[in-house]
Amino acid sequence: MSAIAKSPWVVHFNCSSCNGCDIEFLACLTPFYDVERLGILHVGNPKHADVLVVTGSVNHRTARVLKNVYDMIPSPKVVVAMGVCSSSGGIFAEGYNVLGGIDKVIPVDVFVPGCPARPEAMLDGILKAAAILDRKAREGTGVATVSAAKPVINLVPLAADAAPAPAAP
Amino acid sequence: MISWDQVAIGAAALLFAPIVGALLQGVDRRLTARIQGRRGPPLLQPFYDLFKLLGKEQLIVNRMQIVYAWLHLTFMAATVMMLALGQDSLMLLFVLAFSTLSLVIGGMCVRSPYSRIGSQREILLMVAYEPVLVLMVVGFYLVNHSFSIATIWQADQPLMMRLPLLFVALLAVAAIKLQKSPFDLASSHHAHQEIVKGITIEYSGPGLAVLELAHFYETTLVMALLALFWATNWWIGGALALGAYLFVILLDNACARLTTLWMFKFMWTVVLGLALTNIIWLYLSIQHIL
Repeated sequence: MSAIAKSPWVVHFNCSSCNGCDIEFLACLTPFYDVERLGILHVGNPKHADVLVVTGSVNHRTARVLKNVYDMIPSPKVVVAMGVCSSSGGIFAEGYNVLGGIDKVIPVDVFVPGCPARPEAMLDGILKAAAILDRKAREGTGVATVSAAKPVINLVPLAADAAPAPAAP
Repeated sequence: MISWDQVAIGAAALLFAPIVGALLQGVDRRLTARIQGRRGPPLLQPFYDLFKLLGKEQLIVNRMQIVYAWLHLTFMAATVMMLALGQDSLMLLFVLAFSTLSLVIGGMCVRSPYSRIGSQREILLMVAYEPVLVLMVVGFYLVNHSFSIATIWQADQPLMMRLPLLFVALLAVAAIKLQKSPFDLASSHHAHQEIVKGITIEYSGPGLAVLELAHFYETTLVMALLALFWATNWWIGGALALGAYLFVILLDNACARLTTLWMFKFMWTVVLGLALTNIIWLYLSIQHIL
């Protein structure tokens, strides 16, 4: 076990979640589950983080932000999709504004199922992510400055998102 | 001339100070967890964090930022070495101030507003605690008629007998230097963050590791300064420093973070008042007025 597997620092990004998974994730920090005993810290800054935990499905607005947060994390890094929404879009998958799971935008290493995912399942997912982090650090993969993620969808600029102005009658 | 003994002492201080500092922080994190009813991380967790950060990719905003991180570390290590060699305490204070100033400039030279706010708060903290440190050095001089730390070791009577109120004032300074509540305004320890880690926000990987290492040195330095108050017996001195550390941890867990203005008022009235009272009393007793 290298040092990185013993201190995975987590940054949590809420894509467009209903907050169910977020509340369960914050429950991991309470004395009952106490993630710090495993060396896991919840940091607020992607530049300090190793693991990106994403809750909620991704939509046109959040795709750009998610990609940005992912790129700000120094390599080696792993991504955990928490709950069914971030894994596949969940019950929002058919929504007109929803793109689907976060794997449409960034590469995902661990999928944690559940609606919401239970704290035990989340802990398990982060520890699996730590093992992948360890492997990536050993193999020296994922050291590239530019992320290897190839977005499935086209990240259009913000101005193009706006609805065209209604034509004058 | 520099003797080989001095070189050996200096090298030993450089080598062991961060190890002691990291272990102290490990104890701190575990103790804090126990106070909060948690299990807490392993004792060696600060080492794991440091080695992990060293192995990560460095995202650089600008090169000067990294230069100032290294300056912060170098000057902090220099203060520990100066203390171990019994050098001039006034000079130690200046080197320490420059070390903190490097951290501030490093935080200021990036364009992140959080980093800027953190740096400004760090300056306010410096303005709040530096007078107490200067009064500490004045106290050293009044007691031993020398700024040299080596004379404190050779004195017959511990400093605590003559400077008790100053020691109490230094507890507040220790809480600031160790980034503890209610004074952790510029940047704070992991679980309770202020302004997204403030001054360290734009550092990542090895750059952040350099700052962590500097903080290990800083922890050891603060402990050594407190132990200096009972330098006639190192066991009592060590116990005194550890007791102060325990007090600061309890304070951290008992207090909420307070505002900069409150911190400033508190430091310049209560804490500075304590230190000044001690110095005035000491001066009067030396002049045989009291």
